[in-house]
Amino acid sequence: MSTDSRPQEDVSRPGPAPADRATDEVILDMRNITKEFPGVKALSNVSMEVRRGEIHAICGENGAGKSTLMKVLSGVWPVGTYDGEIYYNGKLVEFHNIRDSEHAGIVIIHQELALIPELSIAENIFLGNEVNRSGVINWMTTRQRAGELLTRVGLNENPDSKIKDIGVGKQQLVEIAKALSKDVQLLILDEPTSALNEGDSQHLLGLMEGLRDHGVTCIMISHKLNEIEQISDSITIIRDGKSVETLRVKEHGVDENRIIRGMVGRDLESRFPDHTPEITDTFFEVKDWTVRHPSVADRYVCKSESFFVRRGEIVGFAGLMGAGRTELMRSLFGHSYGIYESGTVYLDGKQVQLRSVPAAIDAGLAYVTEDRKSLGLNLLDDIKRTTVSAKLSRITRGLVVNERDEYKYAEQYRKDLRTKAPTVDEGVSKLSGGNQQKVVLSKWLFTEPELLILDEPTRGIDVGAKFEIYGIIQRMAAEGKGVILVSSELPELLGLSDRIYTIFEGAITGVLDKGHADQESLMRLMTKTSSRSDAPTQASA
Amino acid sequence: MNKIKQIFGGDARQLGMIFALVALIILFQILTGGLTLQPDNVNNIIQGNAYILVLAIGMVLVIIAGHIDLSVGSIAAFVGIVVAIAMRDWGVPWWAGILLGLALGAVVGMWQGFWVAYVGIPAFIVTLAGFLFFRGANQFVGKSNTVPVPPEFQVIGAGTLPEVGPSTGYNNLTVLLGILACAGIIWGTLRGRRQLINIGATVEDAWITYTRMILICIVVLGAMLLIASGRKGFPVPGLILIALVLLYGFIASKTIIGRHIYAVGGNRHAAELSGVRSKRVNFLVMANMSLLAALAGMMFVARSNASGPFDGVGWELDAIAAVFIGGAAVSGGVGTVIGSIVGGLVMAVLNNGLQLLGAGADVTQMIKGLVLLVAVAFDIYNKSQGRPSLIAFLTRRRGAKTAADAPEMPSAATETSRIDETLGQSS
Repeated sequence: MSTDSRPQEDVSRPGPAPADRATDEVILDMRNITKEFPGVKALSNVSMEVRRGEIHAICGENGAGKSTLMKVLSGVWPVGTYDGEIYYNGKLVEFHNIRDSEHAGIVIIHQELALIPELSIAENIFLGNEVNRSGVINWMTTRQRAGELLTRVGLNENPDSKIKDIGVGKQQLVEIAKALSKDVQLLILDEPTSALNEGDSQHLLGLMEGLRDHGVTCIMISHKLNEIEQISDSITIIRDGKSVETLRVKEHGVDENRIIRGMVGRDLESRFPDHTPEITDTFFEVKDWTVRHPSVADRYVCKSESFFVRRGEIVGFAGLMGAGRTELMRSLFGHSYGIYESGTVYLDGKQVQLRSVPAAIDAGLAYVTEDRKSLGLNLLDDIKRTTVSAKLSRITRGLVVNERDEYKYAEQYRKDLRTKAPTVDEGVSKLSGGNQQKVVLSKWLFTEPELLILDEPTRGIDVGAKFEIYGIIQRMAAEGKGVILVSSELPELLGLSDRIYTIFEGAITGVLDKGHADQESLMRLMTKTSSRSDAPTQASA
Repeated sequence: MNKIKQIFGGDARQLGMIFALVALIILFQILTGGLTLQPDNVNNIIQGNAYILVLAIGMVLVIIAGHIDLSVGSIAAFVGIVVAIAMRDWGVPWWAGILLGLALGAVVGMWQGFWVAYVGIPAFIVTLAGFLFFRGANQFVGKSNTVPVPPEFQVIGAGTLPEVGPSTGYNNLTVLLGILACAGIIWGTLRGRRQLINIGATVEDAWITYTRMILICIVVLGAMLLIASGRKGFPVPGLILIALVLLYGFIASKTIIGRHIYAVGGNRHAAELSGVRSKRVNFLVMANMSLLAALAGMMFVARSNASGPFDGVGWELDAIAAVFIGGAAVSGGVGTVIGSIVGGLVMAVLNNGLQLLGAGADVTQMIKGLVLLVAVAFDIYNKSQGRPSLIAFLTRRRGAKTAADAPEMPSAATETSRIDETLGQSS
């Protein structure tokens, strides 16, 4: 837009000198915001007050309306499509689009990053806001400013590097640099650490604190209560489209349980259903499993790893994001990831070859993917067709699908798993995350698996649906099947698993029984390679 | 109006397409002073467009799987010239010529399918190469000459049902065909309804089903009687087309391979992780497309009595247009055989009517372009309003009502899912 903008100095100076008491203290005051979509009230009378120079967290279950509220604030939903008032710096504001809100210094960073992979860091930072004279870009200044901004966010990268060549943690920092280039006063981060590992998350949280100390107010939406507890000054809790309360951390002395109570409206006495395991003999064994990386030569997904699963057992796999859990599971599931090099799989003592996904399914394996929308579902399909899709041969005569059986089974699994949908003709794209996950589970239960591999089965699912899915997992185990549970949520692993393997950089670093595992011991094994003697040896017995 | 909506499924696009077709026919019937529904002209429309509709059948499967095929016109021309030369110069009988043509089409298709499925080259590139190569091959083989085909061969493009039995003033076989078709429709409707009731699914009111059934029968029988009253019987290419529509409609909706085509087009990675061999699916749809292109090429050659160097020019675009007017999505995963046929018929009637009115190729072309644009715009507008498309209706019989009653959702995908989660919690 403007031919010249100098964001850095403006942003790094502390907040403006006090002029008016109210506008000085409160940067943002959203009053009685109501936003309706046809057939559903996403927000009803939500009010929120954000003080200048604080980190303000917004908490709530999935679908509580957090993101909608931020879209109202940033002009994604323009004025007129909602009811209520927004006071910003003491003035009533009406944003018609994102440009309006950015002009006022409000920048939102979405959960799905809005960066162009094929463009450089510098180009991305100034995308839509190019340093130019009559449309001709001044690359010298662009690069130089990009370099300064990268220094401010603590990112040591060449501004000419392409976005696709840097990790997701660094990409998040580029987004923040981009926001800083826009003279940001109020920075909104939607689930900023959801895709980051522990180290990158801590760096990001530190950066946010730094920005706060330089006068940038931050609003953070997050599900990670420990992070909220760690850095936020205020917490607004939203439940079912209504603002429940705003907690001031210093005054109220907030902890995680307090936040959860606000989010669900009650104390969670038991987050996991009761379950007594009946574990019998080993039936699934992996020995010396070695898989090479699909594209990088000389890199291994895993090297000579062994583990086993017993009937009736829920086996957890703990590891940080990127530790190679998903890759290991997918390489087992019909060699669908990486290049198989060596290793054997035994089912009930017999060696089996699982060279393709159909072979794995026929052998009784089922794999619920980590990424529901891009790997687990065809969003164009309906419930019944999805339910039978992984084992059509069960309901076909010759090559022809028996639609009567299709309907019957789909209906049976819908009732069994209590999927909330009017009929099994409903498109899966219309279901909530939890119900979509139940459809995915139906699809795999329909294949009548002996071993169910669940990769992050409760990601993005609200507390109620989680509890139900835990119940389904335990029922599978109770029926004498084996369950492998891959999860990033340690409480979930500890609550459900009978035995937990830890993975670090593709290597199994340890195995702990239910009684001996706690968050600390797991985290130790997940973050540093222990000596190989810790690795399980019982497997070969 | 409400009752009409119920009969046709209460879907704007469905109504829109059928009404557009009917309105076009009526409009041209009036404008041409009754020429459009002359028996000879109806035959003419069928014979003159059957080969494009055959292409559309193959093309919709290719597009559902997420690909495109630009080479069909060139392949049709190439197969046409080889078959024509084989019959004229090598003494190959007409029936062997047809088999040769189909075999050649299959080989060409496997060639293209190999590059698309197993090497992973985008179909756009592979078939663009095929478009150039086979056009050249046609002119190379035929030395850019026109090669005539024998009269027996011409039956598959220009033939009609013969006169048999007592003289009734109608073509008896055509009337019989109409009666058989109605019997089939009635049997299928009743059987389908019984099945739905058996499995305890929600069914629409009986009168809706029966009224719709009777309406369809009247239209089918009326069309057949109209044709039968003319100088000739029902055209053979029309018979070939009907057979293919039934066959491919069945394959697409009721068989494993059909399911797999939709799955690969809808989400390839999810399909693979559910045990679908996506490479095989891609190979088959591409190979099948060329097979049908070979058939279409031969039907055209048979109709025009000779194979020439400019056969099949622009066919790929007509077929693709028919598929998109018929409600398929560019991104794959969506589309139906029957929808594409309706789309192709809209174009065919438009073409024919404008010709009868004496409009030039220039004006016809411009109008066809606008029709394509408007039809797809209508579809996209409907989707953004949360209404199901023609395809959504046609692919699920029972779902029509619930889908139409569902709340309209905002277009932003992420927002939709969040609101849906709210719905899930509150219900």
